[in-house]
Amino acid sequence: MRITQGCFSFLPDLTDEQISRQVQYCLEKGWAVNIEFTDDPHPRNNFWEMWGLPMFDLRDAAGVLMELTECRKVYGDRYIRLSAFDSSHGWESVRLSFIVNRPKDEPGFRLDRHEVAGRNIRYTTTPYAADRPEGRRYGGL
Amino acid sequence: MSMAATAHDVSEAAPTDQVDLRREFNEVGIGEVLDQLDRELVGLKPVKTRIREIASLLLIERIRKRMNLTSDVPTLHMSFTGNPGTGKTTVALRIASILHKLGFVRRGQVVSVTRDELVGQYIGHTAPKTKEILKKAMGGVLFIDEAYYLHRPDNERDYGQEAIEILLQVMESQREDLVVILAGYGDRMDKFFASNPGFRSRIAHHIDFPDYTDDELLAIAERMLRDINYKFSPDAREAFIRYIGLRKVQPLFSNARSIRNALDRIRLRQANRLVADLDSVLTADDIISLEASDVFASRVFLKASSGA
Repeated sequence: MRITQGCFSFLPDLTDEQISRQVQYCLEKGWAVNIEFTDDPHPRNNFWEMWGLPMFDLRDAAGVLMELTECRKVYGDRYIRLSAFDSSHGWESVRLSFIVNRPKDEPGFRLDRHEVAGRNIRYTTTPYAADRPEGRRYGGL
Repeated sequence: MSMAATAHDVSEAAPTDQVDLRREFNEVGIGEVLDQLDRELVGLKPVKTRIREIASLLLIERIRKRMNLTSDVPTLHMSFTGNPGTGKTTVALRIASILHKLGFVRRGQVVSVTRDELVGQYIGHTAPKTKEILKKAMGGVLFIDEAYYLHRPDNERDYGQEAIEILLQVMESQREDLVVILAGYGDRMDKFFASNPGFRSRIAHHIDFPDYTDDELLAIAERMLRDINYKFSPDAREAFIRYIGLRKVQPLFSNARSIRNALDRIRLRQANRLVADLDSVLTADDIISLEASDVFASRVFLKASSGA
């Protein structure tokens, strides 16, 4: 099942050219671009691990793409996303975030139903991938 | 006229087979930058000629691209050698703007760094630091001042080598994203290139900045004063000509930079002289003119007279 999180996730995967154009848009707005990765695709997993530091003071998307290439070399089998942080007063939050890399095979989620008092049902979603230990979820050793 | 019209019509559809050179030249607006370079920088004849050559090459390269005559992205990395204060940084800024106008760098910013910003202090510190700077310079020009400090021949475990390797790699693989300019004193740069042959071969343009002559230094001084609304009185001008002659032979002379510092001190003395007489009424002319006595109070004359 294809994970849809952040911007553009209902579109086909962005090409590097398209990623670079989006990043350039962020940089021109003065946002700092971050690279984050994870192998736990649960929608409530907000805190992905960061690849290096947020990239402040960049002028051109080539710098971000250079880091992204590095990150893909190491974590190419996981989810990688770019997020753009706006530090201006009143915003101080992430303005744009989109997935730029995903595992080849995305097994999707299992839906668990718990019957509780009064025949109510509580739902839990668990990524099948998370059954395996971290780092080995998408075919990595 | 008809020629220009044709060029315009055809430019919609690639490839073009006819280009109006003048129109192309005016369109990119480098003529303006080159004229500004001629106007604002005193002397530096060989440097200006070389920059004109490079600009012409790039203009032709641009046209060739439009005509689909493919050739490699030209290597644009440069090295500027010359004594301190000969205008290397200033020229680097102009080069960045020329490259930007011709579309060979996308943003045109100049990131000026020295060894401190590239090389870390402990293991594993250098690579992120160098990459950080490279990322900031992407789409523009990376200007490395006193580049030979990156290489410390006496210490083979120096982290500078790591920075050099990363630089070389990016200079080669991301030629279209970034232009690197190395700057430094002539003889030490030669040694640096001798011990790092990788750099020499990756740099297409070696530009040597000559020292300024006395006349040029005077012209620079007068230009600097005009910019900040001061002027020499005729006596002070004579005095300053003598000052230049004396200062040049003293150690640690750094061309235009020494001139700027000298002017700062002369302004200081002028202000002091004016303030010393609180009862006087000053005219605008008093405020803007520097007198011979302000120049003669310099230490340079003292040393010269005691030495003689």
